Amino acid sequence: MSDRSAALRLPRLAAHELVLLVILIVALAVLAALSDRFFTLDNLLNQGMLMTEVGLMAMPMTFVIVTGGIDLSVGSALGMCAILLGYSWHNWGFPLPLAIGFALLAGAAGGFVNGWFITRLNVPPLIMTIATLALYRGLAEGISQAHSVRGYPDWFYGLGQGALFGVPSQLWLFFAAILVFGVILGFTTFGRALRAIGFNETGARFSGVPVDRIKLIIYTASGTMAGLAAWIFVSRVSTTRSDMGTGMELDVIAAVVLGGTSIFGGVGTVFGTVLGLLLIQLLKDGLALTGVKGDATIMVIGTVLIASILVTSFAERRRDAARASNPRSPRATTTEGRETP
Amino acid sequence: MSGAALTQPAPRLRLSVSQEWLLAGAIVVLFVVVGLINPRFVASRNLQTILLGNAYVAVAAIGMSMVIVSGNIDISVGSLIGVLATVSGSLAVAGVPSVLAWLLPIALGVVVMAAQGAVVAYLGLPSIVVTLGMLSILKGGLISVTNGVWISNLPDDYHLAQWSLFGVVPVPVLFMLVLTVAAAWWMRNTATGRGIYAVGGNAEAARLCGIGRQRTVLMVFAIHGMFVGLAAVLFATQLSVIQSTVPPNLELTIITASVVGGVSILGGTGTVIGSTLAAVLIAAIGSSLIFVNLSPFWLRAVQGVLILITVLADIYRRRRRRGAR
Repeated sequence: MSDRSAALRLPRLAAHELVLLVILIVALAVLAALSDRFFTLDNLLNQGMLMTEVGLMAMPMTFVIVTGGIDLSVGSALGMCAILLGYSWHNWGFPLPLAIGFALLAGAAGGFVNGWFITRLNVPPLIMTIATLALYRGLAEGISQAHSVRGYPDWFYGLGQGALFGVPSQLWLFFAAILVFGVILGFTTFGRALRAIGFNETGARFSGVPVDRIKLIIYTASGTMAGLAAWIFVSRVSTTRSDMGTGMELDVIAAVVLGGTSIFGGVGTVFGTVLGLLLIQLLKDGLALTGVKGDATIMVIGTVLIASILVTSFAERRRDAARASNPRSPRATTTEGRETP
Repeated sequence: MSGAALTQPAPRLRLSVSQEWLLAGAIVVLFVVVGLINPRFVASRNLQTILLGNAYVAVAAIGMSMVIVSGNIDISVGSLIGVLATVSGSLAVAGVPSVLAWLLPIALGVVVMAAQGAVVAYLGLPSIVVTLGMLSILKGGLISVTNGVWISNLPDDYHLAQWSLFGVVPVPVLFMLVLTVAAAWWMRNTATGRGIYAVGGNAEAARLCGIGRQRTVLMVFAIHGMFVGLAAVLFATQLSVIQSTVPPNLELTIITASVVGGVSILGGTGTVIGSTLAAVLIAAIGSSLIFVNLSPFWLRAVQGVLILITVLADIYRRRRRRGAR
């Protein structure tokens, strides 16, 4: 029991993150050797800019998956928020700042709806978010009738295309998000409660963890971040289309899972997710620079995803086997290397 | 909850029956209402378009339902259909006899899905992750190999839909009907078929009854691969030009059909008759939007609401049943 609580107390820097770090460093070295344009500040900042939208949504997604849930609707929520931003400004006459607020609010509402159904009516998260995946995309398509909105005023592009102290503006938001979500998951009661829910929901409930309220909060956060990502996305590409963010939920989930967050819940870190995001973006960029086409890159990412999970799974099995063969210290390793002796 | 799965088959059967009647009723109501607004909707020509154009969704949903009943999910199905349709079309254009152009993709579907099933069953990786990875591999692989080229000049005898039973039921629709009935019968009346429900409902109890979880999951994925292969062939043979890309959102349409058909995502319940009816209902709704002069851009929103209604109705019924006990 004491080991369990220790497991919950410390964020895990386990075998998986180490594996990822090694892959990441190897990838960096190889890519730097293959292309002299890769390891330039310009390129790296540019890549950071490109991964911000997926990255922002990956933060609350880490929380959601750590609790054993999933949110497939984020890509569609992004599309819905983007359309609401553009349409409320262009067609309904909202002032642009109000339109931005409206889009963020719509994202939060979308996430809240997911959370409400999941907690109050016990709809499985997979089903609920498949339903809203269709619904939110449908709203985006229905409201816009597939027309796009463009011609925003110049100041609007500051977030997506401008820079602050030489670093793209949205990257500051991303850094802040990493910090906030990382600290919450790693060092607060809330983060511990998230892992407790994913580890054993009934147990968490009986221990007095407000499971439903926490879930409602994290699904709402997930929708809100999709709204924020929509704002950044629209600002970056200067236009609003109803198909924005299509399939992005899979990129987000791939990054989170690649980062070592268990799809069964209970285990995961924001640091791992950041590593997953970096690795995917590096692969995309590096392969593109070395002349590999984007579509082959998707293939590599899929392979890396499966391979990394396989490696971790094998490592865990061997450890389990070792544990099973040594019954005198069955608990000693349950922290999975989270505690250094 | 899961403990009750094996001991109380009767309420579950009644539940699945009512889900199917509900869907059948919804289809009838839809046709009557839309038919009154616009009689052309119920013209046999339109009915045939709906059924012919969506038989492949229903066929793929049969396999998907089995996968979901066994407690797994397959996100790669849309990409695999895209790949297999391209393979089938390329073979046909290359002069391979049409029979082979139909059968080889099916075999390939079995191989790919069985490989995924083996990873899920024997290496213990979650199916959602494995099939997510496979989705990327297939999608990326397809476009980088073919560059999204269009396959045209398909031989005349390649198109399955030109034949029909008694001149009324086109071959793809025939496949849909026969396979649905056969799969439903098999899942309900054979030990192996019922094993899928057992594994999905309670893997531990199933194991104690002598039903191997791993073997069952591998088998389910292999069978699913066969249905996916056939779905790809039905999809490819109804086109005059095959675009070698992945049909967008196809996996979601197929999963939606299974779920609206009453297959519980938690595993252990649902029938393929429900999923086929749901596939028809979804297709009919899409078609009806045009006939009542609604923009087809609202289709996805309607689909989303439909899933929600289904899920809520299911929850309501479960609660009432629990209350009645």
